[in-house]
Amino acid sequence: MSAPLTSLDRPNSYIGRAVPRPNAKRLLAGRGRYVTDIRLPRMLHAAFLRSSHAHARIISIDAEAARALPGVHLVATGPDLAKICTPWTGTLDHFKGMTSEPQLPLPLERVVWAGQAVVAVVAESRALAEDALELISVDYEELPAVVDLDAARQSGAERVNPAVGSNICFRAQLDSGGVDDAFASALHVIEQDFSFGRHTPVTLEPRAIIADYESESGMLTVHHATQTPYQFQDLYSRHYGIPEARVRVIAPDIGGSFGMKLHVYHEDMAVVGLSMLLGRPVKYVADRIESFVSDIHARDHQVKARMAVDAAGKILAMDVHDVTAIGAFSTYPRTSVVEGNQVIRLIGAPYDFKSYRAALEVVFQNKVQTSQYRAVGHPIACAVTERMVDLAAARVGLDPLAMRANNVIADDAYPTASPTGYKFEALSHQACLERLRRLMDYDALRAEQAELRRRGIHRGIGIATFVEITNPSPAFYGVGGARISSQDGATLSLTPSGEVRCAISVTEQGQGTEAIISQIVADQLGVAQEHVKILTGDTEVTPHGGATWACRGAGIGGETALQAARQLKANILEIAGLILQEQPAALDIVDGQVVGKATQKPRLSVAEIARISYFRSDTLPPGTQAQLTVSHHFAPQGYPFAFTNGIQGCYLEVDVDTGFVKLLKHYVVEDCGRIINPMLVDEQLRGGVVQGLGAALFEECRYGETGQLLNGSLADYLVPMAMEMPDIVIDHVETPTADTILGAKGCGEAGTAAASACVLNAVNDALTTFGASINAIPITPARVLKALNRY
Amino acid sequence: MSRAGDLDEADDAVRVRMVVNGRKTACDVAPRDTLVDCLRNQLELTGTHAGCEMGACGACLVQLDGRAVHACLMFAVQADGARIDTIEGLAESGVIADLQAEFHRRNALQCGFCTPGMLMTAHDLLSHDARPDRETIRDALSGNFCRCTGYEAIVDAIAAVAEARTTKASQPAEGSSS
Ligand code: FES
Ligand code: FES
Repeated sequence: MSAPLTSLDRPNSYIGRAVPRPNAKRLLAGRGRYVTDIRLPRMLHAAFLRSSHAHARIISIDAEAARALPGVHLVATGPDLAKICTPWTGTLDHFKGMTSEPQLPLPLERVVWAGQAVVAVVAESRALAEDALELISVDYEELPAVVDLDAARQSGAERVNPAVGSNICFRAQLDSGGVDDAFASALHVIEQDFSFGRHTPVTLEPRAIIADYESESGMLTVHHATQTPYQFQDLYSRHYGIPEARVRVIAPDIGGSFGMKLHVYHEDMAVVGLSMLLGRPVKYVADRIESFVSDIHARDHQVKARMAVDAAGKILAMDVHDVTAIGAFSTYPRTSVVEGNQVIRLIGAPYDFKSYRAALEVVFQNKVQTSQYRAVGHPIACAVTERMVDLAAARVGLDPLAMRANNVIADDAYPTASPTGYKFEALSHQACLERLRRLMDYDALRAEQAELRRRGIHRGIGIATFVEITNPSPAFYGVGGARISSQDGATLSLTPSGEVRCAISVTEQGQGTEAIISQIVADQLGVAQEHVKILTGDTEVTPHGGATWACRGAGIGGETALQAARQLKANILEIAGLILQEQPAALDIVDGQVVGKATQKPRLSVAEIARISYFRSDTLPPGTQAQLTVSHHFAPQGYPFAFTNGIQGCYLEVDVDTGFVKLLKHYVVEDCGRIINPMLVDEQLRGGVVQGLGAALFEECRYGETGQLLNGSLADYLVPMAMEMPDIVIDHVETPTADTILGAKGCGEAGTAAASACVLNAVNDALTTFGASINAIPITPARVLKALNRY
Repeated sequence: MSRAGDLDEADDAVRVRMVVNGRKTACDVAPRDTLVDCLRNQLELTGTHAGCEMGACGACLVQLDGRAVHACLMFAVQADGARIDTIEGLAESGVIADLQAEFHRRNALQCGFCTPGMLMTAHDLLSHDARPDRETIRDALSGNFCRCTGYEAIVDAIAAVAEARTTKASQPAEGSSS
């Protein structure tokens, strides 16, 4: 019934077009409205006293002086909030045997990491609340802290939770069979240990929340800087016993999230309770130091890997063991084991081999929780796999690109599955690889590298192939019992003046969700994009849906919008048919005009149909009820995930005297299926790559022996800045998924997935002449010099 | 010690006079209030953001007497007598209209939280150096953290504006006699 999705010369064809984001202009004028900016009448401010110990028993809390301070409205401790909030546990049923202690907004008797919120103060200003914190004294009995990952795993180790027998949160094993035989018969066996540091998302806007409970109506409104307002509506409702329909969560402009703002944080839960206790709005904004000690951290893995390779360089088998430390609790409601689970399932995924064995051990320690952050598990799986491929290539004597060309799953082999059971609909490793070779001018780059090496300049080229999990079905969380939706909903209306309003459950954090949804709606309806208004981020306004995570916005949200737009179009054409005495099938909409399909001649404007339907329904045939609002839901069916793939390349220079790495250029070839807005896709990739480059070279949460975070400030924790980052050259292969009409898959995590692997390979490539090797991230100058025996 | 509640706070307040975005403004601040607190909370100029409150991220950059400064590193009382221009003021006056338009066209922002600071730096740079190369632009941005964009689009946008301004400047002004 519609023109092909990507013909860019027809009117209102927005799918595939690089149009700027309509909602970005406000932000450029300083008119963003972030939770940080919002002020409500009678609003109070919360501040939290935090534990100075990584592990201690709370003996007593003396808050009398704080309570007496003028301007202080409430001082609350664990028991105060435990009376009104039910505990939560960060486990999911499909992770068999996993455990985690129940959590409350504020602890009752034990603190389990340095920085954990212990006492809340609500006062007339943040500064006053902080003054009051200084008047509170907490008597602690220090307990042994579990800090080191290896120590945590020893039997008889001190325990994060003294009530249970070990520090193990979860164990999993995968075995496709045939692994031992494959290793026994292989000519080459490559073995390598890896370590990946902890880092943290560092969104520029810290976490921010305002809870506003109105006791008269029993209504809770929460302005919450989050990706997932519906998830929080559900959680606030269930844990505080407020009927779901009386909980409204509004997520306005969000200053970055990347997964970090979709977890339950103790302070955020506390703020809801504080507002209920006071019957007034309460605001909390984490300051940067609080962000470092209480936002989720990510990664923190120790991996042992083995790879079996035959004489021709064909990968035969892999055997890996991943140990990951997740802090004192598993996060709620998504858990902290998803990352490790994805690491062991994604290792080796681009390659065609059958025998795979993996073990995962997820361990508690007295640090802040780790959990899902952009590209969950992918960077670890990719770095391990790609470094092993490079080591194997070197052993066999193959060029890294040739080694990959020999081993990736062939483009004509689909549908197929990975040895770990992931089902692949259609990927394009070979096409991407060839595209990258040309994009980098690979042979010329190798020649330049060799030439410079003769002059004592040590450059490296790194390659990393990857797959990315996108468009998750209920297999991701729903099956584990989490009330996290994999479907989305949209309500689409033709307004009385003939414009279009689309309220949709996917959310915006700057990636361009609203822009692409308006492109899809305008394209499918046949109206100008400026006549489409998108509403997101308010549970009172849009239908319930999964919102934005795991790269589902374009693929699932986009398909929801597409199907809703097609329904609204059918309804509009039905009324048009009645007015024009035509079969609806003989009509179409172009540029806001109903046209004859054959003639393309305008017959009637959409605005006129709206006017008649809303104001002169008496002129329509009896019995006609114009349906100019449609609500539509879409849940992914077919493949459990829409996998995407791609390949990245990195060119860098290592200063062997100082250990500094200078990134020169980065290359990405990516296949995210149907591209809705090429500019936005490229910018997602660039932003993602830079987060991976930061992880590769700079970012690490460093802890002291007693479990204190040592570098919790933006001066001490290094993030990638403009002058250290390279230009990033991007190209695409487009393999749409056949599971949807739109054919879009995700792209937001692809950049992060492979960037650090690329850098790891490139640094090692630069160091080959020295026989030096690095298998740890971040690759700091000290690590480089150590590898060169110069430190 | 008995205290007279809110009166204490008022007793401590200091009156600060500034010209903010071209208007004479007076406000009462506590001696410990930073300029970014005063702008955001007192004057409701929320386009200036706070990302680190220690001079590391550039989200709080404003112009003070024509120079870009970190509003988080100054007490509000130190700005007494100064001319302050925030993103709201620069946007309304039109002096950065080309930068805003090019940032928009090139999608040089995602969440937008760093953007006012980025525009301040870009404006500052281009007023000192009309033709910065990419390296110089990246260097000028070295105090502006952006977690979303990866910086390249921002560099592109600033480079394009520099070029457009130079081209415009080299053309004879309209209406000039030949
Ligand atoms: S808030 Fe001033 S530099 Fe970060
Ligand atoms: S656009 Fe989000 S921090 Fe720069």
